[in-house]
Amino acid sequence: MLALILRCALRNPLRHRLRTTLTVAGIVVAILAFGLLRTVVSAWYAGADAASDKRLITRNAISLAFSMPLAYAERIRGVEGVTGVSWANWFGGIYIDARNFFPQSAVDAETYFSLYPEFVLPEEQLTAFRRDRRGAVAGAKLAARYGWKVGDVIPIKGTIYPGNYEFVLRGIYHGARSSTDENQFLFQWEFLNERIKQLSMARVNQIGVFLVGIDEPSHAAAVSKRIDETFRNSLAETLTETEKAFQLSFVAMTGTIVNAIQLVSYVIILIIMAVMANTMAMSARERTREYATLKALGFRGWVVASLIYAESMAIALVAGGIGIAATGPAARFVGSKLDAIFPIFNVSPGTIQQQWAAALVIGITSALIPARRAVRVKIIDGLRQVL
Amino acid sequence: MKRVPLSYIWRNLATRKLTTVFTAGGMALVVFVFTAVLMLEAGLRSTLVDTGRTDNVMVIRAASETEIQSVLDLTQSAIVSTQPHIARDESGRELLSKESVVLISLTKKGGGPANVSIRGTHEISLSLRPQVKLVEGRMFRPGSSEIVVGRSIRDGFEGVALGQSLRFARRDWQVVGIFDAGKTGFNSELWGDAEQMMQSFRRTAYSSILFQLDSASAFDAVKKSLQDDRRLTVEVKRENQFYADQSKVMAGFISILGMTLSIIFSIGAIIGAMITMYAAVASRTAEIGTLRAIGFRRGNILVAFLIESLLLSLCGGLAGLLAASAMQLVSVSTMNWQTFSELAFSFTLTPRIVVTSLAFSLFMGFLGGVLPAWRAARLKIVDALRSN
Amino acid sequence: MSDVTGTGDEVVIHLNHVGKHYVRGGEIVPVLADIHFDILRGDFLALMGPSGSGKSTLLNLIAGLDQPSSGQVIIDGVDIGELDDTALADWRAANIGFIFQFYNLMPVLSALENVELPLQLTNLPARERRERALTALELVGLGDRVKHYPSELSGGQLQRVAIARAIVSDPTLLVADEPTGDLDRKSGEEVLALMQRLNETLGKTIIMVTHDQKAADAAHAVRHLEKGELSALVINQR
Repeated sequence: MLALILRCALRNPLRHRLRTTLTVAGIVVAILAFGLLRTVVSAWYAGADAASDKRLITRNAISLAFSMPLAYAERIRGVEGVTGVSWANWFGGIYIDARNFFPQSAVDAETYFSLYPEFVLPEEQLTAFRRDRRGAVAGAKLAARYGWKVGDVIPIKGTIYPGNYEFVLRGIYHGARSSTDENQFLFQWEFLNERIKQLSMARVNQIGVFLVGIDEPSHAAAVSKRIDETFRNSLAETLTETEKAFQLSFVAMTGTIVNAIQLVSYVIILIIMAVMANTMAMSARERTREYATLKALGFRGWVVASLIYAESMAIALVAGGIGIAATGPAARFVGSKLDAIFPIFNVSPGTIQQQWAAALVIGITSALIPARRAVRVKIIDGLRQVL
Repeated sequence: MKRVPLSYIWRNLATRKLTTVFTAGGMALVVFVFTAVLMLEAGLRSTLVDTGRTDNVMVIRAASETEIQSVLDLTQSAIVSTQPHIARDESGRELLSKESVVLISLTKKGGGPANVSIRGTHEISLSLRPQVKLVEGRMFRPGSSEIVVGRSIRDGFEGVALGQSLRFARRDWQVVGIFDAGKTGFNSELWGDAEQMMQSFRRTAYSSILFQLDSASAFDAVKKSLQDDRRLTVEVKRENQFYADQSKVMAGFISILGMTLSIIFSIGAIIGAMITMYAAVASRTAEIGTLRAIGFRRGNILVAFLIESLLLSLCGGLAGLLAASAMQLVSVSTMNWQTFSELAFSFTLTPRIVVTSLAFSLFMGFLGGVLPAWRAARLKIVDALRSN
Repeated sequence: MSDVTGTGDEVVIHLNHVGKHYVRGGEIVPVLADIHFDILRGDFLALMGPSGSGKSTLLNLIAGLDQPSSGQVIIDGVDIGELDDTALADWRAANIGFIFQFYNLMPVLSALENVELPLQLTNLPARERRERALTALELVGLGDRVKHYPSELSGGQLQRVAIARAIVSDPTLLVADEPTGDLDRKSGEEVLALMQRLNETLGKTIIMVTHDQKAADAAHAVRHLEKGELSALVINQR
């Protein structure tokens, strides 16, 4: 019996080549779009996913718009559970044109790379960076986008810290994992501080965020609390959280958009479900007499229902498979176009699982009503149907 | 000219209810998404356009792009304030405000942090920004730790209702008033006394200066004189232009994402329509043959099926439009990527959007129906009549 | 009243004061009124009548496709009116072979697979199913067309495949609804000859509804139905 049902399920779609082709095309497009949208959503969370569980971020409690004194570094280093401290200031300058966006930060050359082991930099490049006050390090993807090579002079116009800055590219780092951000531009905080001295003494020795390394991930909450206690009631109270929480707060701020994209990815599945349900409804109606004949011969209702479900699932799973296979290359293409906004754009196994689930849901729900109808139709009415 | 009667076309759709519902339903969803995106763009645009007036001038530090990044020290601020062409109100006060804008982190209702703009300003601000109206309570007193809160912030965040107190910068700030700024971005701000704010945040410079021109045509002259002045490094924009520029990236992103999605979705809907129409043609082959035999022309048949497809998509389009118009009750609040601060806006339905959406659904119906209608028209009468 | 028609005298179908009506739009539409007669094992009976006379309805009742409004349909001692839908399905599988006017073969199955269909409802292993189906096809003279699909067969061939399907599980009755209705004269004659052979050689009991006088002549006896009432039996002269 099972063999019979499968045989029919695979042969019936071929009766209407055009209709089946159109339906398959529709499902392929839907599954592909669904996969890409999900990948956009996971790219949004990529920063949080790649976050190290042994790093904390300390910032001014009021908001990121406020800074903290450099002197805090020593006091943080003294807190129990802290293994290392570094710092960074968001620079946010313009490289040639406002459309060329990439993250730029002034970091402490001595300590930063030890705290970020996933940014892999050859020893001699790290040394060259540390030695050159105007030195800079760029991620591999960033360097590739603009064709930078070690030794190039990179001019950037400051907006938060006004003025024209010229950096010399001393190193290009590679990400240790596929989830590591290779889009960053890092230069010496000391260099920035020197320039600020010429601008306004009030802004000298001010830090944007402190990066704190801890001994054990399970100590994160306790160490965060200790750090914040240290600076309670001082002029710049701090808020310390895990790197993951910090990244997630950014996602949360654009939460509405992320939610909208997630919602939209489900809507497209709904749309294609309507199309597929229509196809199955039409096919099933055309075969009313065949189903009635089977019931007349003595086949029970569940056999007729199974035929319809099996056919629907066969179309959905085949089309789904094609859509899933196409998602990888499509994501690579889209990712290369969007790599300024989304440094990480990989199709995760979770996304592929969801795509299969979507195909399954499409297959099952499309068969619901036609199958019920076919089972319910009275045999003598079904036999009377004129095609 | 003989025409296939509309009732024939309409009743055919009504007979196959399930198929019609599914196909029109798919269309409706597509039109819903398409319309919602257009409405979001329009909502964003109206928020920006209304935020700011053409006769107000915004001065920030050159190359700053946003008030948050801008720093105007006391010397520069003084120079700007002594410009000619600054308008005065009825009591003779200068319509000029030196303001300090920072971001603070607040908790959204339902959890989650967000950066909110807090503007250190003066009483004259209400006169400079007539779109803003106090709806509850009163304005903050100069020199006090009092603040007034924009309605979107009051609606969307914890701890900022009238009478409540916010703590930041080691001070408690009392909420003494709620203001409504309509659809403008000011609704997403908190306002307080500029000097008190600057003291608390230990700032010695302003972020921006806003003043009204005594005559709208004076803008170019003022801009030139300020930007040419060697003592100043400033950028001068009309207030509404300034705010429009601030959301270019957001608006661009919504527009691109929306269009991409609509195109992808429309492919699905068009495929659905094609499947339905091909089946309709196939099942009515004998009828077509009969109609042709009676004397209707190929052209009549083509038009009849095309109209059927268009009617189907129109039904779907209207349903989708209706659903999308309900979105006007929803307000969206998210972080503006350029300013890093919270921005609330809503879905706006304009007559132009209604027309565009209906045209889009008809277009989909046309694309879905044209090939099947063509096939119907090309049937040979003899073959058609012979089919069972 | 029992009618002696032919071969044995064992009653296989006993219609006991059977009546049938439909409710359409709130009105009661009578179709059959007090049908009362027997059919013996090995009979070949034709039911004739104008359209609307209820002959197809009577066939449906005998075939277990519908239930009587009054009276009983007793086949081989079983009152099929007492069976629920599931039991009725199983009963049909074991007892009825169907021959339809439009063949009602599955277009996606080959001739062999179509004939095998009723055997899927038994516990027979695949090999035995195939063998029986082949035998049936050979019996109807289509041993060389087993792999063909319905789209590749002529009307007469299609009906013969349908007949092979009808006999493959050796059912109690063969029920035929206008078996020659869609066939040209020659194919029709071939099919009728086949049915006669099945009846005479294999002893199959056949009830056939038909418009076609030639088909009625091929049967042993004819009954006419007029406005739901049965006329007397007419035995064909041979």
